[in-house]
Amino acid sequence: MARAVKPHRNLVLDYSQDLRLFGTPLARTGLGLMLVTLLVLPTVVQDDFWLSVLIYSGITAIGAIGLNLLTGYCGQISLGHAFFIGAGAYCAALAGGRAGLPLPLWLLVSALVGAVLGGLIGPFALRLRGHYLAIITLGLVFIGEHLWRNLREVTGGNNGTSVLAQATIGPVDLGALELAGESYSRNQGWFWLVWVLVAVIALLAKNIARTRPGRALRAVRDHDQAAEVIGVRAGRYKVGAFMVSSAIAAVAGALFGAYQQHVTPDEWTLLLSIQYIAIIIVGGLGTVFGSILGAVFVGALPALIEEYSEYIPGVADSAGGDGFISVFALNQAIFGLLIVVFLVFEPRGLAGIWFRVRAYFRTWPFSY
Amino acid sequence: MNALLTNVFAGLALGSTYALVALGFVVIFKSTGVINFAQGGLLALGAYLGYTFAGDLALAFGVAVVLACLAAAVAGASVERLVLRRMVGQPPFAVIMITIGLLFVIEPLITAIWGFHTLNVPNPWNIRTVEIGGLVLGVRDLWTIGLTAVVVVGFFLFFRYTAFGLAMRATAFDPEAALAQGISARRVYAVSWAIAAALAALAGITLAAGPGGLSPSISFIALAAFPAMILGGLDSPSGAVLGGLIIGLAEALTRGYQDQLFSWAGSNVSVIVPYVLMIVILLIRPYGLLGTKDVRRI
Repeated sequence: MARAVKPHRNLVLDYSQDLRLFGTPLARTGLGLMLVTLLVLPTVVQDDFWLSVLIYSGITAIGAIGLNLLTGYCGQISLGHAFFIGAGAYCAALAGGRAGLPLPLWLLVSALVGAVLGGLIGPFALRLRGHYLAIITLGLVFIGEHLWRNLREVTGGNNGTSVLAQATIGPVDLGALELAGESYSRNQGWFWLVWVLVAVIALLAKNIARTRPGRALRAVRDHDQAAEVIGVRAGRYKVGAFMVSSAIAAVAGALFGAYQQHVTPDEWTLLLSIQYIAIIIVGGLGTVFGSILGAVFVGALPALIEEYSEYIPGVADSAGGDGFISVFALNQAIFGLLIVVFLVFEPRGLAGIWFRVRAYFRTWPFSY
Repeated sequence: MNALLTNVFAGLALGSTYALVALGFVVIFKSTGVINFAQGGLLALGAYLGYTFAGDLALAFGVAVVLACLAAAVAGASVERLVLRRMVGQPPFAVIMITIGLLFVIEPLITAIWGFHTLNVPNPWNIRTVEIGGLVLGVRDLWTIGLTAVVVVGFFLFFRYTAFGLAMRATAFDPEAALAQGISARRVYAVSWAIAAALAALAGITLAAGPGGLSPSISFIALAAFPAMILGGLDSPSGAVLGGLIIGLAEALTRGYQDQLFSWAGSNVSVIVPYVLMIVILLIRPYGLLGTKDVRRI
C-alpha cells in the first residue's frame, strides 16, 4: 500500500482499521491507564463502603454487557434479565456453597445453567417480536418469582438462602488475599476479581460484536427478514444471543450472590430488569463501553442514595421516618426518569455523548 | 356446585376488570401502535383520584367515579402530548421503554402523594352481598360486571356509529390515508390515550372499592391484563374482552381450587396463571384468539 499520502491524524483509511479492537494509540493509552487505575485503586481507596459500591457496579456492568448483547446488538427486548440473574445466584449457592466447588467451576456452572435457560426461552423470540417478546419476558419475571418463592429446597423461600460460595482459585483465596507478605481485605480481593471479570467479559463481547456474529446480530436487529435474505440465519442468532446474554447474566448473578452471601426472591423482581434496561439506555445501546459506563453511573445510584438518604430532602431514610418518598420509591422514580429522559433527548446514551465529543476533537477545526 | 358458581362469578368480576384494562391497551395499540406499560400507573392514579374525590372531598361515589375517570383521561392525554408524541416514528423498543419508564415514575409519585398505607375508598358497595337463588354474590362484583358490560357496549357503539369512532378506526387502519382525508391524527392519538386512561381508572376504582382496599400495588393488576390482551389478540377489542374474561376465570378458579387441585404448584399459584396461559396461547396461536396475523414486508 502506498505510504506516501499519510494524513497527519488518525483517520480510518480501510476496513481492517474499523475492526481493530483498540482503535488509536491514544485509545490504547487510555485503556492502559484505566487498567492501571483498576489495579491500584483498591490499595488507595480502602474504605469498605466505596469498594462495595464499585464491586456492585462491576457486577452490574457484567450483567449489563449481557443485556446489551441481546437488546443493543440483536434488538430483542427482554424484561426477563432479572430471572437469569436470580438463576445464577442460586447456582452459586448450590455449586459453590453446598457442593463446595472452587470459583472457576461455580462460575462455569452458573454460566452453563444460564445458557441452557436462555436456550429454552430463546425459541420464543423466533415466533414473537418486539411487543410480544417484551410481554413474554415480563411473564418470565413473574413466573420466576413464583418459582424462587416456592422451590424452598434451593432458594429458602421468602426468607432467602445464604450463598456460601467462596472466591478460591486453587490455594488462593480472594476473600482473604495475601500477596508478598501483604494481606488484603475481602473487599479488595473481590474488587480485583470482579473488575478482571468485567474486562474479560467486555473483551468477549467486543470480539463477538466486531466479528461476523456481531455483524449478523446487527443485521437481525435492523430487519430480521432482510437479514435472512442476505444469508444470515436469524433464528440461530436470536437463540444464540439469548444464550450468551443469559449465561453472562447468570455469571453476574452468581457473583452478586457470592459477594452478598445472602439472597432473597425480593431481589429478582421487575425492578431489577428495569434497572438493567435503564443502564444500557443511559450507557448507550449497542456499545460494550456504554454498558460499563451506564453500570458505574446507574448501578452505583441505589447504594449512594441509601448511604446519603439523610442528606436528600424529602427522603424517608427508614420505614416510618419522616419524608414523603422512600429510598426504594426514589430509586424506582430515578430509573424511570433516566429511561424517559435519555430516550427522548439522548437515545445514544452517555456513549453517544462521548462519541460526539471525540468526533468534535478528532475532526477539529472542521467539526460540525 | 355452589362453590363452583361462586368461583365462576368471582372470575367474571375479576375478568371484567382485566377486560377494561385490556380494552385500554388495545385502543392505544390500534391507533398508535404503542403497547402502553404505563396503563397500570394510570389505573392506580385513577383509583387514588377516586379516593380523593370520594373520601377527602366527600363527593357522592358516582360523581367521584366520573370525575376520576375524567381526570385520568386528562392525565392520559397529557402523557401522550408531552412524552409519547416525541416518540412517533421511533423503533418499538424505545417506545415500550418510554412507557415502562413512565410507569416507574408514576408509581413513586403516587406513593409520595398518598403514602403506602392501605386506604379505604368510601363506597356504597363495600362487602355487602345479595343472595340470588342460594348464591351469595358481592354487590361490588355485580356492579363491576354491570359497569363493564355497559362501558364495553358503549365503546363498541362509539366506534361503530360516531364520526370520531370512524376517524379512529381509519387512523388505526392507515394513518397516512386518514391524514389525507383530513382526520387529525394528533387528536385521534390524544383521544385514544384519554379513553384508555378513563377505562383504566374505572377498573382501578371498582377494584379499590373491593374488600382489599386501595394500596400502591394495585397497579400490578394492569400487568396481569397483558396476558388478557395477548390472549385475545393485540388488535382486537372484542378479543380483549374475551381474553379478560378467560384470564379472570382461570385465575379465580385456580385460587378457588388451590387446596384441592393446585397445592403441588406452590402457594399463590393463581397469580402466575395468566402468564402461563399467555405463554401456552402464544405457542399455539401467536396472534391471539381473535387477532389478525401481521404481514411483514422487507
